Amino acid sequence: MSELAISAKGLTRIFGDFTAVDHIDLDVKKGEIFGFLGANGAGKTTAMKMLTGLLSPSSGEAKVSGFDVYTEAEKIKKRIGYMSQKFSLYDDLTPEENIRFYGGVYGLNDRELKDKKDELISSVGLEQFRNKQVGSLPLGWKQKLAFAISIIHDPKIVFLDEPTGGVDPVTRRQFWERIYEVADSGITVFVTTHYMDEAEYCDRVSIMVDGRIDAIDSPSGLKSSFNASSIEEVFISLARSAERGDG
Amino acid sequence: MNAFMGFVVKEFKQIYRDTRTLVVLFGMPIIMLTLFGFAIRNEVSNAKIGVLDLSKDEVTRELIQKLSVSKAFELNAYLDNYDQIEEVFKQGEIKEVVVFENNFANKLVKEGKADVQVITDATDPNLANIVQSYTGAIIRDYVQEINDNGVAVKAGIQPSVQMMYNPELKSVNLFVPGLIAVILMLISALMTSISITREKEMGNMEILLVSPLKPHYIIIGKVIPYLLLSVVNVITILVLAKFIFNVPFNGSYGFFFFESILFIVTALALGVFISSVAQNQQTAMMASLAGLLLPTVLLSGFIFPVESMPLPLQVVSNIIPAKWFLIIVRSIMLKGSGLLFLWKETLILAFIALAFIALSLKKFKVRLQ
Repeated sequence: MSELAISAKGLTRIFGDFTAVDHIDLDVKKGEIFGFLGANGAGKTTAMKMLTGLLSPSSGEAKVSGFDVYTEAEKIKKRIGYMSQKFSLYDDLTPEENIRFYGGVYGLNDRELKDKKDELISSVGLEQFRNKQVGSLPLGWKQKLAFAISIIHDPKIVFLDEPTGGVDPVTRRQFWERIYEVADSGITVFVTTHYMDEAEYCDRVSIMVDGRIDAIDSPSGLKSSFNASSIEEVFISLARSAERGDG
Repeated sequence: MNAFMGFVVKEFKQIYRDTRTLVVLFGMPIIMLTLFGFAIRNEVSNAKIGVLDLSKDEVTRELIQKLSVSKAFELNAYLDNYDQIEEVFKQGEIKEVVVFENNFANKLVKEGKADVQVITDATDPNLANIVQSYTGAIIRDYVQEINDNGVAVKAGIQPSVQMMYNPELKSVNLFVPGLIAVILMLISALMTSISITREKEMGNMEILLVSPLKPHYIIIGKVIPYLLLSVVNVITILVLAKFIFNVPFNGSYGFFFFESILFIVTALALGVFISSVAQNQQTAMMASLAGLLLPTVLLSGFIFPVESMPLPLQVVSNIIPAKWFLIIVRSIMLKGSGLLFLWKETLILAFIALAFIALSLKKFKVRLQ
């Protein structure tokens, strides 16, 4: 079990009479890039919220970084990073101030903060924007900064919720290069996306339909078992069977 | 601790960079105090009045003289007969006509009484009331005077009225404590609820909730800057009140700040509560304005005395924190009262504060489920 970053069995979340996530089983290995795919409304965000401790599951079990989501949420929180779908830095603060703030939130001390600040700014290449308010930065830069900040505390796992939404192809490419670097450094990356080409970059992907995980394998494994030439085809053939509407 | 300081520093920077917030925070108290201080006054000065003197003797002349030198009145018309009264009222300038009956002085001496009729234009009932009571006071003063001089026969019982704590009946003395309550509500509750919902709307809150930071640190971190700013505002209002409007301050400053902070904490808890229910900034703003500011203005006794409200509203006013705060602050500022006299109100305020803190903490946690 110890080489698993995330393991879930029968994880379920019910809102009223609506089962958003319906008994999903999931294993994510340490250090891998795991693509978490699904149409809009398939239950991805709800599943992710359960794994990050934002929502408590209705039933089932899950361990993140070896800790139970019911009883050890606080320990999990120290070991995960999270980048939400919405852009979540403060627009009216500079990159440095954002780093300082989130670093503080994740419990870094002054010396660590100082080191991290310079390290992050140069790793993202933000020297020129150092003293500008984040609101005036191009979206691609903001996303890179948000990603860098989500791993400021060297987490074991980082959750990325559609990190490249609305970003141009060149920046997306750069973003994925960063994801590879991060994965190489030993951090497990759990990423949702709507871009099927990005799914091909992942070590393994799962595809969610109507709250269930209908397929989980490596991209090449999926393609051969569905007899498809791309992940996009696999996705479309699965999503077509969905009963829930878009949204 | 680092996280906590980071929070406070961040919050101050954001406030400092947002001109709109700055204007609301620092412009509002000054504008409101000036407006309320200068424009809204219950006392009347230079109200135009007319006289219908059917007697024209030395007593009526003296009375008319007394009326016309009063700062409250400006004697504007001498009428000749009753028909003219309605005419001048219709013209609208004259607010009151004082009528002295025939043979006024004679009757006063012989029968020991003479009639003065006071007719007011009650289209503005407040004004009519005030003007009428001023006139009554001036006439009573005069009667007192002639009684003392033994000119007339002593007239029965003479009430001796003394207005304590605010002898000049200055309304600004009454408004300043109310304004402190309104402004504190505005800044503490409205601004906090807006700034927390903004974090929700922008998605920052999600990140903070995923972080190891404990929820109550998030709340305290958000709230501390507004607590400090509110205290600064209390000081601003006090300074303005003292040096521009000469409002007295008879009590202890320490006790006053203690009570103010108690009220600020209540308001902050309300702000946090609203932000945990409201999904966006507009809702938070509407909820704060309609749900907090209006009751604070209307039901606390700030403008309308609680005693003159219908019973159901009087009952409702008991859960309005501003009502208790107003009683406390008015007593401290004007009467110089201390905890010895105000412990009951303080206790009630503290209880309301605790109740709202508990409620908002609970609500805030529920969101994490």
